[in-house]
Amino acid sequence: MQNLASPSRLSVLGSERVGPYTMLRLERGDLEPGVPGQFFMLEAPGRLLPRPFSLCLAPPGELAFLVDAIGPGTEALCRLRVGDEIGVLGPLGHGYRLEVERPLLVGGGIGIAPLPYLAEQLGGSPPAILGFRNAEYAEAAALLPGAEVVIDPVLVTELIEPGFDVLACGPEPMLHAVAALCPTAQLAWEAPMACGYGACYGCVVEIDGALKRLCLEGPVLDGVRVGSQAEAVAVA
Amino acid sequence: MRILNASGCLDALAAPEVARQLDAFVTKTVTPLPREGNAPPRIAETSHGMLNAIGLANPGRERFLAENLPELRELGIPLWVSVGGFCAGDYAEMCARLDGVEAIELNLSCPNVDEAADSAAEIVAACRQTTALPLYAKLSAAHPDLAEVARAVAAAGAEGLSLINTLRATALDERLQPVLARGSGGLSGPVLKPVALHAVSVCSEATGLPIVGMGGIQTGRDALEFAACGAREIALGTVLFGDPGAPARVRAELAVACADSGVATPEDARTLAKSPETERKVPA
Repeated sequence: MQNLASPSRLSVLGSERVGPYTMLRLERGDLEPGVPGQFFMLEAPGRLLPRPFSLCLAPPGELAFLVDAIGPGTEALCRLRVGDEIGVLGPLGHGYRLEVERPLLVGGGIGIAPLPYLAEQLGGSPPAILGFRNAEYAEAAALLPGAEVVIDPVLVTELIEPGFDVLACGPEPMLHAVAALCPTAQLAWEAPMACGYGACYGCVVEIDGALKRLCLEGPVLDGVRVGSQAEAVAVA
Repeated sequence: MRILNASGCLDALAAPEVARQLDAFVTKTVTPLPREGNAPPRIAETSHGMLNAIGLANPGRERFLAENLPELRELGIPLWVSVGGFCAGDYAEMCARLDGVEAIELNLSCPNVDEAADSAAEIVAACRQTTALPLYAKLSAAHPDLAEVARAVAAAGAEGLSLINTLRATALDERLQPVLARGSGGLSGPVLKPVALHAVSVCSEATGLPIVGMGGIQTGRDALEFAACGAREIALGTVLFGDPGAPARVRAELAVACADSGVATPEDARTLAKSPETERKVPA
């Protein structure tokens, strides 16, 4: 983790469409790309709070993030132009453990974001299964050449075969389904986050039966450690 | 002018390099029993602010005293302990067990839990019986006569005031449902600054007590405005979330803001604000 100080000001090098998403490419500046699955807090222009993103790609001198414009903050990030500057803090949290024998990458929707950098760091082209809601979203599968792609109503879990070390990221129901199938899977979770470094206590999820801060414990956790949403609500 | 953090806006053990930028660290509020806090979602961004409904998540008095406080002492920075409870006795018992800290802040105004049954002044008076440490009463600006509350806690033995806490507020999502699981939360951020400046000004006039001013401070200029309204110290809250370097930055900016305003120190800003030529501009 970087020493916590004011966010680094990074210039926008490019902003390109990837299916319905935007690939925001920033100069790397003095930041390290970190371990796949770690995240960065990106200043959302005009908004009070930064937004958390895992690193998607790390070409030399760059940090690239896959952004889904789902609200005012992400929309502002997608409107950035080449030469604009934003504050970036990171890498933060705990990423994927890379010492696995038979990796299988599983991603759902915008949850494919950390997988290209993960594939690169695993040293090549590990098998991958990606699920999307429709064909337009599935265009983003181009980020992981060779991946198997399923489109709703087919589920990624229908293609997972036994014997793999699963590393996954995607919507909560998908992660729970993957965890049920592969209890040792490494899963990257998501939660609303104001700070990313344990200050705001906003990102709690039920981990090992108690509400804990996802930014410090995760965002990548072993499958069986996270309770279902229904249980999390019942706990509090 | 010293820079503190607003209680609950920083975990010094998780981010010691942020805490070390502060002149004193204020803990998250400690209650008699452990609290897991409210169910998520607990935070929401609003126009120029944010809501939180954390719900005083904390390890409880016994574990705090046995584990957290010794660890915090190792950071080597002055400590303020924020104390919460549900009756005057809760607060007084915790105060009795604290020593070796710079001050105690009595959280009399958390918007995310049910209010204590006893009045702010009763709680301060009870704590005054059990500790000689400086007591700062953290009040809400939502009270219809804040100056009266400030005078009452001053009479009960408070050495200072922490102003202000978040204000209870609600945000709805696109389906017109509350974003926060609890329904409502505490509003913080820049939207709060004008409310906080007024509260500091009114309470400073009413009591003359030292005041830790907080509420939407983002820059050194903001800090100087709090000084002009009578704050002796300031605390940073929401700004820390987006900028963990904020204490050092605000301190540097404050020096520049003083120079820009033609005052030697932040304390002089109060004098300037109270001088006959500018008196009418003071919000009190």
